[in-house]
Amino acid sequence: MAKSEVKLLGAWPSPFVMRPRIALNIKAVEYDFLEETFGSKSQLLLQSNPVHKKIPVLIHADKPICESLIIVQYIDEVWTSAPSILPSDPYDRAIQRFWAAYVDDKFFPTMRGISAAQGEEAKKAVVEQVAEALALLEEAFGKCSKGKAFFGGDRIGLLDIAFGSMLGWLRVTEKTNGLKLLDEAKTPGLAKWADRFCADAAVKGVMPETEKLAEFSKVLMAKMRGAPPPK
Amino acid sequence: MADEIVLLDFWSSMFGMRVRIALAEKGIKYQHKEEDLRNKSELLLKMNPVHKKIPVLIHNGKPVCESLIIVQYIDEVWNDKSPLLPSDPCQRAHARFWADFVDKKVYDASRRVWTRKGEEQEAAKKDFFESFKTLEGELGKKPYFGGETFGFVDISLITFYSWFYVYETFGKFSMEAECPKIIEWVKRCLQKESVAKSLPDQKKVYESVLEWLGRE
Repeated sequence: MAKSEVKLLGAWPSPFVMRPRIALNIKAVEYDFLEETFGSKSQLLLQSNPVHKKIPVLIHADKPICESLIIVQYIDEVWTSAPSILPSDPYDRAIQRFWAAYVDDKFFPTMRGISAAQGEEAKKAVVEQVAEALALLEEAFGKCSKGKAFFGGDRIGLLDIAFGSMLGWLRVTEKTNGLKLLDEAKTPGLAKWADRFCADAAVKGVMPETEKLAEFSKVLMAKMRGAPPPK
Repeated sequence: MADEIVLLDFWSSMFGMRVRIALAEKGIKYQHKEEDLRNKSELLLKMNPVHKKIPVLIHNGKPVCESLIIVQYIDEVWNDKSPLLPSDPCQRAHARFWADFVDKKVYDASRRVWTRKGEEQEAAKKDFFESFKTLEGELGKKPYFGGETFGFVDISLITFYSWFYVYETFGKFSMEAECPKIIEWVKRCLQKESVAKSLPDQKKVYESVLEWLGRE
């Protein structure tokens, strides 16, 4: 398939954008990565995702696909010859989808809440919530991996991609707030999994370095503080 | 070995209704267990310890949670009849996108329409109408969101119909006046037995809301 047949609209710091990039890497599909300029949205983005106006957007043969986990499933269903991203058993698929939704609906907003929390008490409460979420994910890892390397088994699957894409920002959050959220003592399974995930060939090139992401985070925070208050 | 299927549900939950419709579409026999949400059963807490919410589908003792995940599971297991998702990957992605839109936009706005007052309610109504106008645009001239056949997106949205009287009464508007195309689509869906028998009466839902508010 010609490289220009597959385009991905995105930005390097976004964990959601990382997801389809990992999926395309797993499938060895070449694509044009069209980076959005920070702070503005291109015409192509607004045209391709008029409903949410958000990245990532996969454009395949001129047809846009939106929402990161929907894109990952699409990639798995179109490029069928390469390794599978979702398990073949419907029950295992349901479990992976459940925990991927948990990452998006519960884990991610809570993790983001650490930096937004005002005052020590509030911060402590949010950190506690993140710790609880990680404990649940540690248990899920045990059940899903069944002793193997990844949530998906021997190879990276949907849930690895959904949760693993959060690791960059998780590390930045730890660094910025002087915390250890994912550690060998409390979440031994996840701690080892995180290293394996980041070292995987499909992930290495697209997972941003913590330093670079931390710098970007400072720019983002400053811009958000400097921005006029919402009406 | 016969399949054992149990649905933990609550009669007026639009999420529970989705599963009821899917099971009916596939002609699956199951045991329906009504939960008291103020006094959740041991079984519910055991089967959905993470969220402690209905619906939960228990298939041969194994729980599946989250309504849209359950509907996809049902479609994948009982794949011999009445497909709920299209077979083409691009159309499947679009179906998932719009069902996700219903969950993200419609649910939130609709809840605020009947729980808020004053300016907050006006803002909720604006979001509510905007999301339905977007859906009308997506429906276009098709009989169903799924095209010629009733499908995943239709299932995700039709269950809100049972709450329309609640929204209309609290929000002081008429869905027929604001979103006529949606009402046309609703009428079409209600002709399906799987839908008609899965949705509770609108007035009963409204009365239960009044009762709930009276208790608060």
